[in-house]
Amino acid sequence: MRGVRQVFKRDFKVYFLSPIAYIVISIFLILSGWFFFSTFFLFNQAETRPFFSLLPILFAFIVPAVTMRLFSEELNTGSYELLLTLPVSVRDVVIGKFAAAVAFVGLMLVPTLSYGIFISFYGDLDWGPVIGGYAGAVLLGAAFASVGLFASSLTRNQIVAFIIGMSVCFFLTLIDKILFFLPESVVGVFQFLGADFHFQNISRGILDSRDIVYFLSVCFVALYGTYLVIQEKK
Amino acid sequence: MIKVEDLTKYYGSLCAVDHISFEIRKGEILGLLGPNGAGKSTTLRILTCFFQPTSGNVSVKDYNIYDHPLEIKGLIGYLPETAPLYHEMLVYDYLRFVADIRGFPKEKQLPRIKEISSLCGLQDVMHRSVNELSRGYKQRVGIGHAMLSDPEILILDEPTAGLDPNQIVEIRNIIKEIGKAKTVILSTHILSEAEATCDRVVIINKGKIVADGPTESLKEESGSSYDIHLSLQGAEYTDVEQVLSALSSIRKISRGEDTDHTVNLVLSCSAGEDIRSDLYQIIKQKDWSLLEFHRESRTLENLFRELTKEG
Repeated sequence: MRGVRQVFKRDFKVYFLSPIAYIVISIFLILSGWFFFSTFFLFNQAETRPFFSLLPILFAFIVPAVTMRLFSEELNTGSYELLLTLPVSVRDVVIGKFAAAVAFVGLMLVPTLSYGIFISFYGDLDWGPVIGGYAGAVLLGAAFASVGLFASSLTRNQIVAFIIGMSVCFFLTLIDKILFFLPESVVGVFQFLGADFHFQNISRGILDSRDIVYFLSVCFVALYGTYLVIQEKK
Repeated sequence: MIKVEDLTKYYGSLCAVDHISFEIRKGEILGLLGPNGAGKSTTLRILTCFFQPTSGNVSVKDYNIYDHPLEIKGLIGYLPETAPLYHEMLVYDYLRFVADIRGFPKEKQLPRIKEISSLCGLQDVMHRSVNELSRGYKQRVGIGHAMLSDPEILILDEPTAGLDPNQIVEIRNIIKEIGKAKTVILSTHILSEAEATCDRVVIINKGKIVADGPTESLKEESGSSYDIHLSLQGAEYTDVEQVLSALSSIRKISRGEDTDHTVNLVLSCSAGEDIRSDLYQIIKQKDWSLLEFHRESRTLENLFRELTKEG
């Protein structure tokens, strides 16, 4: 447990030692703010739904940018040799790094709370879907972070890690939208694999255990994969 | 203290470490010698639980690497070959991180970091970030990292690489000092370093142990052949060569560069009799001026060359 905490602390702190954190947060806020408010006044409805419906696509390329350095950089500089010869297990390292990435994604979402506050002055906002939306956003962020972490463990090149992570995240987001040509019964199966589908359920304010289980299983599979990849390098 | 049994490591089809076994007692300084690619680093990486061996076992105290890697890692301070530190952290933050992750008690951390920084000469760089440091300073931070938690076992992979001569002497002294109470394993390809610091030497070639024993006895075993360095003024090389060829125990005369009227020679002599007094008599007779005359035994080097020769 001490290992997890220290790895988390270090990796989280390191985000803010380089400009990456500030750049990623700025890009996220500019894009989400612009896409959201450019249509907000046209619809003339006091809800945050448009913001959340756009979140999976934004996350699909923002989150892999957050996670790309976590293992790739260590593999590249060789520092994982120092890390893994300290008294920590591979499991602690994977969980610690994952937690750091999720915490960073969570932090990135904090400024967007102001959208809700702003709208509540403007009209009568239903807070249920907002709370559901943020719960879903954290789950979605965690799932994408675990995928990104897995991509990062595969290569020592951060750019490659980013592209792999982004591809998988986009695939998970768009899978149920690109299958319109298949019969409806088959689409249902693929729909269940899609991150966007589950996320939209939660962000409507419906907390269904199936959606939560989906995100947790994505996390588990990707983190276990990461563990195996790092273990294999030994 | 550490027991290595029948250790083997394959990288694909390449055999890096081939069934090696040895033991290290508490308080011993062991030097792991070998040419490049002999398997030194691989062996050390297995000892530190960074790599898993293909077969064989390593036990440290009562722990073995398969069941208790965390306990073993806690006992060992390790400096990898190129000291790959986290380059974006400050030196102080880095040492703090290592202390935290090793569970070093909070209230003792600051005094210990101060102690380490003065021991390794890091006072001036504590507030600098690691990627601004020169190669030698990184190496020193790496050594500090290894010693920080005052571990029972210290494993150093080429600890003096990249250091200046003063630092090398300092680090050797530190290693010797630590070696009185703790167990130290160091790998090196600098033979004089092994001779100067190690109690015992293990020579590895192509993944196999080719020699293992106390430094002193290895030297003796190899036959104590030696070199004599000679500088003579007012002599002609041909004369000198002619006169010296009368001495049977000189195996080879190598001529150094001549500098104004001075002949520089290195005589390789075989073991057994000491020819220094004979040499002196000859020189006195010829009335050459003797500028330099000293003996150098080069035993470990010979042994090393013999054992690790190609082919």
